[in-house]
Amino acid sequence: MRDWMKLAGIRSSEITDEKLFRQRRHLLQASAAAGVTGLIALPASAQGKPLEQPVLKSEFSTTEELSSKETVTTYNNFYELGTDKGDPVRYADRLKTEPWSVTIDGECDKPGVYTLEDILKPHAIEERIYRMRCVEAWSMVIPWNGFSLADLIKRVEPNSRAKYVAFETVVQDDLPGIKRNVLEWPYREGLRMDEAMHPLTMLAMGIYGEQMPNQNGAPLRLVVPWKYGYKSIKSIVRISFMEEQPPTSWNMSAPQEYGFYSNVNPERSHPRWSQARERRLSGDTGGLSALFASKSDTLFMNGYADEVAELYAGMDLQKFH
Amino acid sequence: MPAAVADRLPALGWQSVVKPSVFIACAVPFLLLLQALFSGALGPNPIDELTDRTGTLAIRMLLISLALTPLRGVLKKTWPLRLRRMLGLFAFFYAFVHVSIYLVLDQQLALGAIWEDLLERPYIMAGTVAFLILIPLAMTSTRGMVRRLGKRWLALHRGVYLAAAAVVVHYVLLAKGDLVEPFVYLGVLMVLLGYRFVRLLR
Repeated sequence: MRDWMKLAGIRSSEITDEKLFRQRRHLLQASAAAGVTGLIALPASAQGKPLEQPVLKSEFSTTEELSSKETVTTYNNFYELGTDKGDPVRYADRLKTEPWSVTIDGECDKPGVYTLEDILKPHAIEERIYRMRCVEAWSMVIPWNGFSLADLIKRVEPNSRAKYVAFETVVQDDLPGIKRNVLEWPYREGLRMDEAMHPLTMLAMGIYGEQMPNQNGAPLRLVVPWKYGYKSIKSIVRISFMEEQPPTSWNMSAPQEYGFYSNVNPERSHPRWSQARERRLSGDTGGLSALFASKSDTLFMNGYADEVAELYAGMDLQKFH
Repeated sequence: MPAAVADRLPALGWQSVVKPSVFIACAVPFLLLLQALFSGALGPNPIDELTDRTGTLAIRMLLISLALTPLRGVLKKTWPLRLRRMLGLFAFFYAFVHVSIYLVLDQQLALGAIWEDLLERPYIMAGTVAFLILIPLAMTSTRGMVRRLGKRWLALHRGVYLAAAAVVVHYVLLAKGDLVEPFVYLGVLMVLLGYRFVRLLR
């Protein structure tokens, strides 16, 4: 039993029951989804190879209804592949993910260039079903496959000067979005060390038990479920441990609008649009029922406040947004 | 179509060929949108997609309708003016669909949320101003109203300049990341209004 669960007042017995319940539900959902997607020809890049590793269930998972795989793999923000929501899946094949290596550097004792295999090998792969809240006021429920970032960080032994972790996305010259300077490339993100070490923060290499599709940030991406989606940086090629707070892409682009922390906060509106509510994209694409989907109230820290609020104790979250 | 051809056309050809063709060209995007909606091509977030596309169509129609007067000056032909009303009404039609989607599908007629949006979001304010100006313009677009209002009709319909400015501001204020399209519209609007301003000074 984890410490945060004690804090949240969750008993182990509740978890077990819930897990069983979810597994049954999940099976039903999966078979229903297979029935639906069998009728729709998905683009090649939306059909991933099943993961070879066994996938463990995680107690961090929500029991909410999953967004469909089609929704999660065809409606993306990945500006290196284009700014339209359909561009990432359209140009997914342009992203070259083999071979892949990640440079780990800065304030740590085991810096180096790690191949993807080096990074993944020692870690047991879990399935974690997280809510994902985009700053554009829509949300999804996604079954990620991966492991806690903390487990990788411990392996490379950051030193006492490491206060922050910075991440960079790959820059490949023939990606359609790279040719235009919508953002300053490479895409950059960062976390405070305690945020990076939080057990909810994960590195994902798959979704729905399959290898990560390119449009979702193959082969390795970050997932930080209590922050707006753009913090969960895709297609990572560099992880750096730093003493100072690193620059981050959306903050560089519009500092009044996007802060370093970017925690989901319905009380702190984006200066131009409200963050109080969100539209859940559950994803029966093609069905007209999506036209009548009502919005729901956005939860503080995207509903993960019990787990993460203590990271920000005493901080003015309007100022440090 | 080339101006020379249009001006040589007999009146019958204008009424039976040119105007219906322009009408169809303006209506086709709407039919394509319906087709996309029913075939599922609008993706998992059709409300946002419909809002975006109808908004863009309204802006484009409005800018095209504003381009007809300068076009007359440049071509020294009068036929562009005869398309103004239809294009203006199409701009209103797309704006009406856009606003209806926002009110009914996006906000689900939650008056409190709509009111808050209006007061707190400058882009909603700008869009509302534009739409409220377009309503009386559409209502007074008939020949009968033109005759009845006389000089006041012209004064009233100059409001379209303000509506166009408000609608471009609306788009610039809501864009995220990629600002090319809203700034293209801003540039086009400045050219179209600049043309009129220069003529006024002469």
